[in-house]
Amino acid sequence: MSDTALDSVNLDEPARGARPGGSLKRILARLFEDRLALIGFALVAITAVAAIAAPLIAPQNPYDLAGLDIMDGGLAPGSQSMAGKTYWLGTDEQGRDMLSAIVYGLRVSLYVAGSATLIALAVGMAMGISAAYFGRFADTAIMRIADLQLGFPPILIALILLAVLGRGIDKVILALVLTQWAYYARVVRGSALVENQKDYVAAARCLALSDIRIMARHLLPNCLPPLIVVATVQIAHAISLEATLSFLGVGVPITEPSLGLLIANGYDYLLSGRYWVAVFPGVALLLIIVGVNLVGDRLRDILNPRLQK
Amino acid sequence: MTALLQVENLATHYFTGDGVAKAVDGVSFSLNKGEILGLVGESGSGKTCTGFSILRLIDAPGRIVSGRVMFDGQDLASLDTAALRAIRGKRIAMIFQDPMMTLNPVLRIDTQMVEAVRAHSKVSCKAALDRCRQVLAMVGIPAPEERLASYPHHFSGGMRQRVAIAIALLHEPDLIIADEPTTALDVTIQAQILAEVQKLCADTGTAMIWISHDLAVVSALADRIAVMYAGRIVEQGRAAEVIEAPLHPYTRGLMDSVPSRNTRGTPLRQIPGMAPSTLDLPKGCSFRPRCPRGDGACLSQPPEVEHYPGASARCFHPHMREATAEMPA
Amino acid sequence: MTPIIDMSGVTKRFVRELDAAEKIARRLGAKVEERTVHAVEDVNLKVARGEVLGLVGESGCGKSTLGRMVAGLMTPSAGAIRFRGKDVAGLKGKDAREAALKVQMIFQDPMSSLNPRLRVETIVGEAPQVHGIVPRSERDAYVADMLTYVGLDPAMRRRYPHQFSGGQRQRIGIARALAVRPDFLVCDESVAALDVSIQAQVLNLFMRLREAFDLTYMFISHDLGVVEHISNRIAIMYLGRIVEEGPTEAIFGGANHPYTQALLAERPVIAPGKRKFSTIKGEIPSPLSPPPGCHFHPRCPHAFARCKVERPALKEIAPGRKSACHLNDKAA
Repeated sequence: MSDTALDSVNLDEPARGARPGGSLKRILARLFEDRLALIGFALVAITAVAAIAAPLIAPQNPYDLAGLDIMDGGLAPGSQSMAGKTYWLGTDEQGRDMLSAIVYGLRVSLYVAGSATLIALAVGMAMGISAAYFGRFADTAIMRIADLQLGFPPILIALILLAVLGRGIDKVILALVLTQWAYYARVVRGSALVENQKDYVAAARCLALSDIRIMARHLLPNCLPPLIVVATVQIAHAISLEATLSFLGVGVPITEPSLGLLIANGYDYLLSGRYWVAVFPGVALLLIIVGVNLVGDRLRDILNPRLQK
Repeated sequence: MTALLQVENLATHYFTGDGVAKAVDGVSFSLNKGEILGLVGESGSGKTCTGFSILRLIDAPGRIVSGRVMFDGQDLASLDTAALRAIRGKRIAMIFQDPMMTLNPVLRIDTQMVEAVRAHSKVSCKAALDRCRQVLAMVGIPAPEERLASYPHHFSGGMRQRVAIAIALLHEPDLIIADEPTTALDVTIQAQILAEVQKLCADTGTAMIWISHDLAVVSALADRIAVMYAGRIVEQGRAAEVIEAPLHPYTRGLMDSVPSRNTRGTPLRQIPGMAPSTLDLPKGCSFRPRCPRGDGACLSQPPEVEHYPGASARCFHPHMREATAEMPA
Repeated sequence: MTPIIDMSGVTKRFVRELDAAEKIARRLGAKVEERTVHAVEDVNLKVARGEVLGLVGESGCGKSTLGRMVAGLMTPSAGAIRFRGKDVAGLKGKDAREAALKVQMIFQDPMSSLNPRLRVETIVGEAPQVHGIVPRSERDAYVADMLTYVGLDPAMRRRYPHQFSGGQRQRIGIARALAVRPDFLVCDESVAALDVSIQAQVLNLFMRLREAFDLTYMFISHDLGVVEHISNRIAIMYLGRIVEEGPTEAIFGGANHPYTQALLAERPVIAPGKRKFSTIKGEIPSPLSPPPGCHFHPRCPHAFARCKVERPALKEIAPGRKSACHLNDKAA
């Protein structure tokens, strides 16, 4: 019954086409072609490594109150400590080494912003794809909620939420997720609506595959490219939003200061001459946000023309 | 009689990241005044690229690398842009497969057409509009006033294509290059447009290059046919002769595979394999891997040989015609 | 003998409902109506086991919509589709799933009908595995078999769709459909996007597979030459209605309905010598506002008074042949 004879089809070299989005290697190669993006990537890489390796590279553990010497408080950058160590970025009024504080602060900032972005991404993707796939009532409901959310300034939403929930890193993450998911949902819904019309989705339905499977296995991977670009830039927003909240005093607790909190701490001393307590964390914040934005911009340029091919 | 258009060894290559795609690789043909040439081929054969190359509508990474396009004594391939612009739209016009490549979706029809008229002749608006009405009537659009005041999205596909053809006719060009203009249209609408085009060419004496993959349409419309494969012309000749007694195995295979030329219910005669990518053409004759007559001799590039007066083929083993055919001296 | 697919009174309407602003406008007296597209109107068609039914028509005739309803991708607004005598809409759960798998569709566009992010082996092997047709351990061999049946080298199964040509992608689509062991295939313009020489290969493949797997086809196409070659019976649609139906040779030998006659007269054939094109006047009307009575009457050379008012019924004019035209009544 089986006709196993191949058509005398000449199969030596199939037509070559661009893989949608390009392979990872190609994307990275094109990313590095642009010098700005390279600088951005380097910034991000350095800060990420510094944050992860904080306990190893920081000269001092800034949270260990026993290790602090109040006599070292308020030293300018480059000064020597009582014990002979050099404080490259100075100390704050309690004797904390700014370099260590910044490195640990980066850790908290990146952890909070990173997890918030990932969770918001997951929630937003699920919502957006469901809205596009089920359409009609589900679409209207989800998108109106998202519109409501997006109508308010993120800071306002976060402030209200944190006022209700109180302080704590997990609560800050929750607040960030709730302010960000709508943006992802909207972007994903756009791509998902387009992909939903394509024949391969109809084929999947014809094959009686379950809705979950179609959404997760068929729609989702094809909606990723614009999402990656959005997520990259949104990390920067999350970082700055968290910094703002901490600066305002409603973000992370004092025991685990992020860069925002460090800036807040040093704010009072800005005009009295001890600029380093606020400025250096601020510079670190600036560098990482700029770095992430540069990478995100370049990524968007690379992925977009290919999407149109 | 000197030909209106003489293409000599035209080559257009695309310089991509994956290599050089020889989309058009040494194409030569000529066209006389009032003649209709059917340029036939499948996807990837280079027929559209040839049409675009004549008017130098090739964008980077593509480039005309060699050859001449002699139009009325001038070589279009090396003409300066100002002179070329004077010819485009006025003496040589183009009709595209998608009429929305001609029509601007945000402008009214009369705005666009008047703009096209005044691009090449300094006439008043009123005179331009008169000319527009004239050509719209020529393409079979009754009551042109209403059409002129509309936007392209008010029209069906067939109507849009008629308007595109009308725009092509505005300056009474000597040559129209039509790139698959009826492929996207329904059969009944296609028939209408083909009837109009036939009448127009007969009345105005405009020459035409009709690019298509559809042998049936071309056989009914064209005086001469050129068949393209992998960037080269593999056969050309008088339409009736190419249809009745094709020389090249590819032309023969192509016609044999059309369902209407096979017995119902039996397996269709087919050409095995696929056309090669122009990035990676086989050595010698590009058709050799799929050709029932291919052999060692075909490993070198066959030249285009005129086997009978007006009929040439690029093949070492063409299907020669039986009976009394006059052989060239 | 129960037909394998029985469409009775199948209708599909697409209604664009009024939004809030329009509802208010209507309340205030503006003449705003819901826009209804009658994509498919009262289609009665049976497909016998093992035959190839060709469904022909131009744009807006509803053939694709009808195909999608048969394949289960859309539900009819009215009427019923029976698979092996059982109303598909009434089935639930396991029965519904089994019936759904038995009717598969081959799509038109080879570029968008395969998921670009999945390897070919997943595209073909996912559904059989999920539905338990083949156990996980045997999936790989099963996929290899499927690819061989459609004339592809099984070694290519770990590649992605973009690495294949249009004709090869169509074959992958066919393998995907075959993998769930269907009885009925809806081929929706499956060769329209292919070059002539590749089209011949794929058509031959369709014919071979029909023999080998005992399949029944509904072959939707606008190309009369293709439909003539592969079909046993043909149904011609115009603006949502079937206007003529019958065995292929009978219809191509002498069509009854004026629209069919025009289609056959106007299609270009490969023949030497320049020919004049005969045409019927007028544009294809929009499905939003089809002409009253017989939809074809504005373009019909034989239209008379009754045609403008009364819709002609699809009547049997000879054994096995039906046509919807008032002219047949006159002749009787």
